[in-house]
Amino acid sequence: MTRRGYLPILLVLAVLALLPFAVTSNVVLNFVVFVLIITLAAQGWNLLGGVGGQSSFGHAAFFGTGAYVSAILQVRFGINAWVATAVAVAAGAAVGWIIGFLSFRAGLRGSYFALVTLAFAEVLRILANAAGFTGGAAGLLMKLDVGFWNMQFTSRAAFLWLALGFVAVGLIVSQMIANSRFGAQLVAVRENEEAARALGVDVLSVKLKAITVSAALTAVAGCLYLQYFLYIDANIAYGLWISVEALLAPMVGGRGLVLGPIIGAFTLHGLGEASKLLAGRVPGIDLAAYGAVLILVVAFAPGGVLGLLRKLRFRSQPVAKTAEETA
Amino acid sequence: MLEVKDITMRFGGLTAVGGASLKVDKGRIVGLIGPNGAGKTTLFAIIAGFLDPTAGRVIFEGSDITPLPAHERAKLGIARTFQIVQPFAGLDVRENIAVGAYLRHARAAEAHAKAEAVARRVGLGGDLDKQASSLTVAGRKRLELARALATEPKLLLLDEVLAGLNPSEIRDIVPVIRAIRDEGVTILMIEHVMQAVMNLCDEVYVLAQGKMIAQGTPREVCVDPHVVEAYLGKGAADRLRAEEASHA
Repeated sequence: MTRRGYLPILLVLAVLALLPFAVTSNVVLNFVVFVLIITLAAQGWNLLGGVGGQSSFGHAAFFGTGAYVSAILQVRFGINAWVATAVAVAAGAAVGWIIGFLSFRAGLRGSYFALVTLAFAEVLRILANAAGFTGGAAGLLMKLDVGFWNMQFTSRAAFLWLALGFVAVGLIVSQMIANSRFGAQLVAVRENEEAARALGVDVLSVKLKAITVSAALTAVAGCLYLQYFLYIDANIAYGLWISVEALLAPMVGGRGLVLGPIIGAFTLHGLGEASKLLAGRVPGIDLAAYGAVLILVVAFAPGGVLGLLRKLRFRSQPVAKTAEETA
Repeated sequence: MLEVKDITMRFGGLTAVGGASLKVDKGRIVGLIGPNGAGKTTLFAIIAGFLDPTAGRVIFEGSDITPLPAHERAKLGIARTFQIVQPFAGLDVRENIAVGAYLRHARAAEAHAKAEAVARRVGLGGDLDKQASSLTVAGRKRLELARALATEPKLLLLDEVLAGLNPSEIRDIVPVIRAIRDEGVTILMIEHVMQAVMNLCDEVYVLAQGKMIAQGTPREVCVDPHVVEAYLGKGAADRLRAEEASHA
């Protein structure tokens, strides 16, 4: 049981890891790195919103905390990038726990929880925009100093591997959770809280664990964004865009499924780029494509891309039960 | 094993349960019956920790568990089923039962093995891979029972597990409940199906309008005038007796 589900993960990781050997175009590699960063944020969202059913609309709070804490430690205190990243991820997890404690203890669910997380993210955005030590509206610019110890690389491929490494950790953590007691309890909470309580599930502690791990993963995405673009401001780090990206990718890929975020992120951004190529320079055409994809997914494939694939495969072999189905 | 002392539960101005007490001894099947709206399910929810009573105490194995939340009580060995079945609809039968089994088995392999064993015991052995949402009413009732059993309870609270089943399905599940008791699980059950109550219960409590109005063996309780009146209306017991006398 515990080894189940790792093969497809390995396959996806292998393809992406070998990509820089086949493609050298910086445009493509840039695209892949960016999508991997989105994937990480989305993996965090998927754990809480997909597996646990607690849809957050404010994962920017964790992304931004990761980015800002790391940036401030490096820019203001000259701390090593790797150490700063570790501290920043811990800070993101702490913010997750605090937001979770405040909202879950109050019994907030569904759209109420979504709205409260949105409010937290917005408050953080406004604070970061106003405060002095965050650089205010001007944001924080990192010093360009390429080197492994500064987590800065000239080669796009090196950064791709770094991001892929973190995505791999995210995938393995997600799969381990899916195969574990914690995962089963989290799914039970999503499906029916009352029944879960009756079976001895401590609902509050399960939710808190989920939001903490979720926030940590999304904070990693924030740190990577910083290391890649070397600049953040409040509207990037705590902006609504990342909250939306983090929740769209799992919805499109397959909510609650381990590979959902990565499949969704590549599908969405792949289609976005493709529509840009096809439609030429119509401004915002990729966003319009997002909207169309989202409407199609919600209307025709509520299980996302993976759910759709599974449905098609079931139609061709209706009796056999696949390994992934139970994984 | 379980003692409920003077439980009162008020919802605003409505007193759902007013000073009800009951006692369940180890190894017995105790029934809780009463007309609709008597407060049976409310009392169950209080015993299982889903509601905080306005007054009164719940004693389990000698210790006061009134302040404990539901999941802590499950750990102590109290499991409940729901009158309106609450399956994890998106999961299959094995996964549903495994959530209960995880309470005492941390490892996935053990929890799944336990879930399969419990499923076979309640007659769901052939449905392990079915989605819970695709089960029949009888199947869902069995699933409800299986999940509770998978937590390896000492005390099992069954809230109308027979309601909505046809006579042959009831005949199938009654021996399952008796077997559970014979394996050492104490059972407190709310039930409307009198045939099953007469068959299964060692002792019956009758709740009407939030008050315990009778207690005794199923046979004693059935002829108790208070009970007859609670179900059929005031004066019904006298009328019945008068009719019987005139026939004699």
